[in-house]
Amino acid sequence: MSTRKYLYIPRRQVIRGLLATAAFGATSKLWTGCASTPSDTQAGAGGEASPVSDKPLVMGFIYVGAKDDYGWNQAQAMGAAEVAKLSGVKIVEQASVPETKEVQEVMRNMIEQDGATILFPTSFGYFDPHILQVAKDYPEVQFFHAGTLWKEGLPDNIGSYFALVDEGQFIAGRVAAMTSKTGKLGFVAAKPINPVLRNINPFILGARSVKPDIKMQVIFTGDWSLPVKEAEATNSLADQGIDVVAMHVDSPKVVIETAEKRGIYSSGFHAAQNDLAPKGYLTGTAYKWGTIFKNYVEMIQGGKTLMNGGIPHQVIGSLKEGYIELAPFGPAVSEEAKKDAEDVKAKIIDGSMMVYKGVVKDNTGNVEIPAGTAYKITDPKLTQIDWLAEGVIGKTS
Amino acid sequence: MAAEALGWWGVPLGIFAGTLRGSAPFLFVSLGECLTEKSGKINLGLEGTLLTGAMSAYAISYLGAEKWGVPSALSPWLGVLVAGCAGMVLGLIHAWLSQQPKVNDIAVGIAMIIFGSGIAFFFGKPFIQPKAPQLPTIDIGGWSTMPAVQSALKISPLFILGVFIAPLMAWFFKSTRWGLFVRAVGDSPDAALAMGVSIKKVRMLCIIAGSFLAGIGGACLSLYYPGIWSESISSGQGLMAVALVIFARWNPIQCLWASLFFGGAQAIGPALQAVGIEQGRYLFNAAPYVLTLLIMIITCSPKKTLSGAPGALGTISG
Repeated sequence: MSTRKYLYIPRRQVIRGLLATAAFGATSKLWTGCASTPSDTQAGAGGEASPVSDKPLVMGFIYVGAKDDYGWNQAQAMGAAEVAKLSGVKIVEQASVPETKEVQEVMRNMIEQDGATILFPTSFGYFDPHILQVAKDYPEVQFFHAGTLWKEGLPDNIGSYFALVDEGQFIAGRVAAMTSKTGKLGFVAAKPINPVLRNINPFILGARSVKPDIKMQVIFTGDWSLPVKEAEATNSLADQGIDVVAMHVDSPKVVIETAEKRGIYSSGFHAAQNDLAPKGYLTGTAYKWGTIFKNYVEMIQGGKTLMNGGIPHQVIGSLKEGYIELAPFGPAVSEEAKKDAEDVKAKIIDGSMMVYKGVVKDNTGNVEIPAGTAYKITDPKLTQIDWLAEGVIGKTS
Repeated sequence: MAAEALGWWGVPLGIFAGTLRGSAPFLFVSLGECLTEKSGKINLGLEGTLLTGAMSAYAISYLGAEKWGVPSALSPWLGVLVAGCAGMVLGLIHAWLSQQPKVNDIAVGIAMIIFGSGIAFFFGKPFIQPKAPQLPTIDIGGWSTMPAVQSALKISPLFILGVFIAPLMAWFFKSTRWGLFVRAVGDSPDAALAMGVSIKKVRMLCIIAGSFLAGIGGACLSLYYPGIWSESISSGQGLMAVALVIFARWNPIQCLWASLFFGGAQAIGPALQAVGIEQGRYLFNAAPYVLTLLIMIITCSPKKTLSGAPGALGTISG
């Protein structure tokens, strides 16, 4: 009909157009960032990216969310800000990068355009397949990933770093137990998986090491960032007479602010959140990624790399190494509790006190760690924890 | 005594309080969508509008109090107003685009979801961390000595406003001349044209007014409950509210009930877990969706199409 007339384009013209576009695409290097043509760019980029001593060390940091969310990303970004101050280091950052192909594009751009030779893709889900893919294409660039996912046989230029929070949460649990008046603690968690359980369990173990009959109600919201549900969970816990809430979600802001509104205490996670709850914030485990990042910079500036074996592929630490710290105590924490926390911290650092020391039972009565057995927090056995410790009201499934 | 546990009473109280706290965004967005759909257009983009509203309300409330010297009692209200206006701008874009010849309003709506949330995320970056002054609440729980009850009865003035808008809108559709125009345009554009009503203008106004309401819904999220700005603040509530309108059969009063129902359903999972019921928590968390499906199945009939649907809904203007 009438519409056909002005939409009609000759077939030859279409073919000609397509050919011209293809030729242009092939000759120009316009699309070098695209994942479809990695083999083209690999050689050139590898040569360019090789470290030159008088140039600053360019480090790229990639975050899955906003970098001021009072959570995981903020903790990483604070570490990045610390290394940025070092001489001879330049950082490039990109926030809110989803765990999809997009992160590969971001990594390639940082390498190609910003000349980054060190990359810190900080989210768990970036690792497989994204880092693995890009690391193969750029063997000269070093990739450091937050987690414990590096294994023998993976590309040589990938390393994992991680900070274990068990000891920090153990002390935070003691502080919570000493501050609680009702003897009931609450915990808002995202999902019942091992890293979260290794936050919940040390917290109750710590609390019970002070008050052996204290109970903790846990609520799983189901996902990492569900602000409304987190607020509901905190309110429900407060309704039940719980007066200290701890959490393991992406951004603890909602839980801490809701707790403050309800006039109950909160124990933080990821970063120090004292200014969110000037009255009710007790303390909490805060990551100090800056320590790890600085160590890396030192080693790299000293000529060590992952590839030449100078840098270990797995870096892991806790209180002793300074990879975590306790957030500053809030006003509700008594002098006695503060002193106790410092004492316990010293004991944990010198090894005379351990978090996972038998007898530890789960909340159905099974003995998980028998008497006389104690696990160091780096023990691989602990990565298999799938139970909730005695005193926790809740289920993992 | 005051801090005593509520035990099982915590569940109904939690759900009741959750209803009062959480249903305002659903209410505003579904009323806005109801108005839009009554005029024969669908605006799926209200999810994006909700996010933009939440972000701009939070940003203005914060900037007003911290940077511009607006009294901190006033700046949240300014934020609400700006949220509505930001919604209107997005509504204007949608209204203009979706009334172009041969443009599908669903497709435009999806584009507007992405655009609205993109705008909100882009401008919202600096406001994730700061604390903005919150809207005041109306405390009617003073008679009770239990803090749980007191906290449950802290009602947002916006929620009350929404509750009043619902019957007002029903009355508007039923008994006013303009309401008749809207219904005519939505049900039978030809008849409206014969009446001498400009279809384009009526739809344009309806979409813009609806987006204004959705923007205010966003302000409820960021300035009342949960009271923060983060990129996951809506978690799909805008889209759910659009679906609510179908559930409510395009009736503003039923939109109110449906919103209350959805708001309360969000609290079921956490409230039950707080008293130690762990079994089937995934099901409880999915309660709103399961209940919607159930009600849809119960109320559907193979013999007739959805009753109450505007006749020209979703037709593409030539």
